[in-house]
Amino acid sequence: MHEMALAEGVREIVDETARSSGAGRVAAVRLEIGRLAQVEIEALRFAFDVVKRGSLADSARLEIVEVDGTAWCMCCCEPVVIAGHGEACPKCAHYQLQVTGGDRMRVLEIEIE
Amino acid sequence: MCMTCGCGHDEAHVEGAEHSHPHADGAAHSHAHGAADPGWHTHADGTTHRHAVVPAHAHAHEHQAHEHEHAHDHDHDHEHRGDLHFGHGPAGAAAPGMTQARMVRVERDILAVNDAIAQRNRGWLEKRGIFALNLVSSPGSGKTTLLVRTIERLAGLLPVAVIEGDQQTTFDAERIRATGAPALQINTGKGCHLDAAMVETALHRLAPADDSVLMIENVGNLVCPAGFDLGEAHKVVVLSVTEGEDKPLKYPDMFHAAALMLLNKVDLLPHLSFDVERCVANARRVHPAIEIIEISATSGEGMGDWLRWIERGAHAARERRLEREKALAQAGRLDVLERAARATDSGARERAAGG
Repeated sequence: MHEMALAEGVREIVDETARSSGAGRVAAVRLEIGRLAQVEIEALRFAFDVVKRGSLADSARLEIVEVDGTAWCMCCCEPVVIAGHGEACPKCAHYQLQVTGGDRMRVLEIEIE
Repeated sequence: MCMTCGCGHDEAHVEGAEHSHPHADGAAHSHAHGAADPGWHTHADGTTHRHAVVPAHAHAHEHQAHEHEHAHDHDHDHEHRGDLHFGHGPAGAAAPGMTQARMVRVERDILAVNDAIAQRNRGWLEKRGIFALNLVSSPGSGKTTLLVRTIERLAGLLPVAVIEGDQQTTFDAERIRATGAPALQINTGKGCHLDAAMVETALHRLAPADDSVLMIENVGNLVCPAGFDLGEAHKVVVLSVTEGEDKPLKYPDMFHAAALMLLNKVDLLPHLSFDVERCVANARRVHPAIEIIEISATSGEGMGDWLRWIERGAHAARERRLEREKALAQAGRLDVLERAARATDSGARERAAGG
């Protein structure tokens, strides 16, 4: 359940941004979550629903943009899309992969009123 | 091509043209493209899709609750300047005197705060030549026993300090302190992992000696600690042969994050059907470059390899500290020389002016 700690991180970023923008409330929060970012999306949604109470984002809806994991295949010498760590290269079925993207978690934007 | 709104590959949009589309059902439809990772967006109905966009283009995009087919695959050619679009709020258009939602771009890493503290910890440790390891595993893999044996074997060779992470109790720190090594317990309460701020607090309280080894024993959990950088040099994952050879595949994130896997309790192999080769292959599948040491804290097998691995790391950390101090001293001497030269110059000028 490290999603609870992540949700608290989201709330802090959202609250700080909303306050510095002079917002009365936050209507929506949009996150970008990489498929390799070790996050259980449903757990994060649940955790955010809990931690947002009493904050400017109290009634905010959460939108999550998932981003594919990408890796460099050392056998094919080209970038490929992978579903997770330990997945084979979809082209050559080998595991010599170096992750290049899709392992981040970001607050993209918030909608304020 | 968006089947709903009709914006397509070849459709040029010019700045100022509203990209908001009222649909037959009355729902407004607007778009948001972040410049840093353009193209991705999600709709209220959960659909996520991507379209290639021109850099330096940002506008709000959102579907109000309504049902429709999404076949978006549109390249946008229009030129926006990345400013806020007040015309893309829920109302779909800006109306004087009316308040409406506006989008604020944030683009901040959720773990940015933790990562910044972790970097601070890393700098603090490097400055002191301390080699820090973050030990992770499931509960019951034998981490603490392994740690106790490691400290005993390193006695007189390398000073070791320990930060112990558990939800409750100080049992583990007490076991470590019994070896004579300084240890500090962090109880995370309901927390499932250590974070960089907890370690920062512990570092200052524990104050490990220069050129020592710091072992951070994380909460027994193969999931959550993977994503939290503490400022360590490496994560070391401990997997015991009583756990099953598929664990690297079941918990790939942790094995991907670790530099070294200690396959522990190998003295029990004769009594188990554990397939070492398969376990090693699984770990390498998740992390091709992972180092692996087969070890037993009980029989002492593999302890030599593990101790040498630690000594190499500790030696490198000490060398980096010495180099850094040398460079600083050098810079300091140069600074002194430069100041002396400037003083001589200005003295000469004053004498010349006075003469």
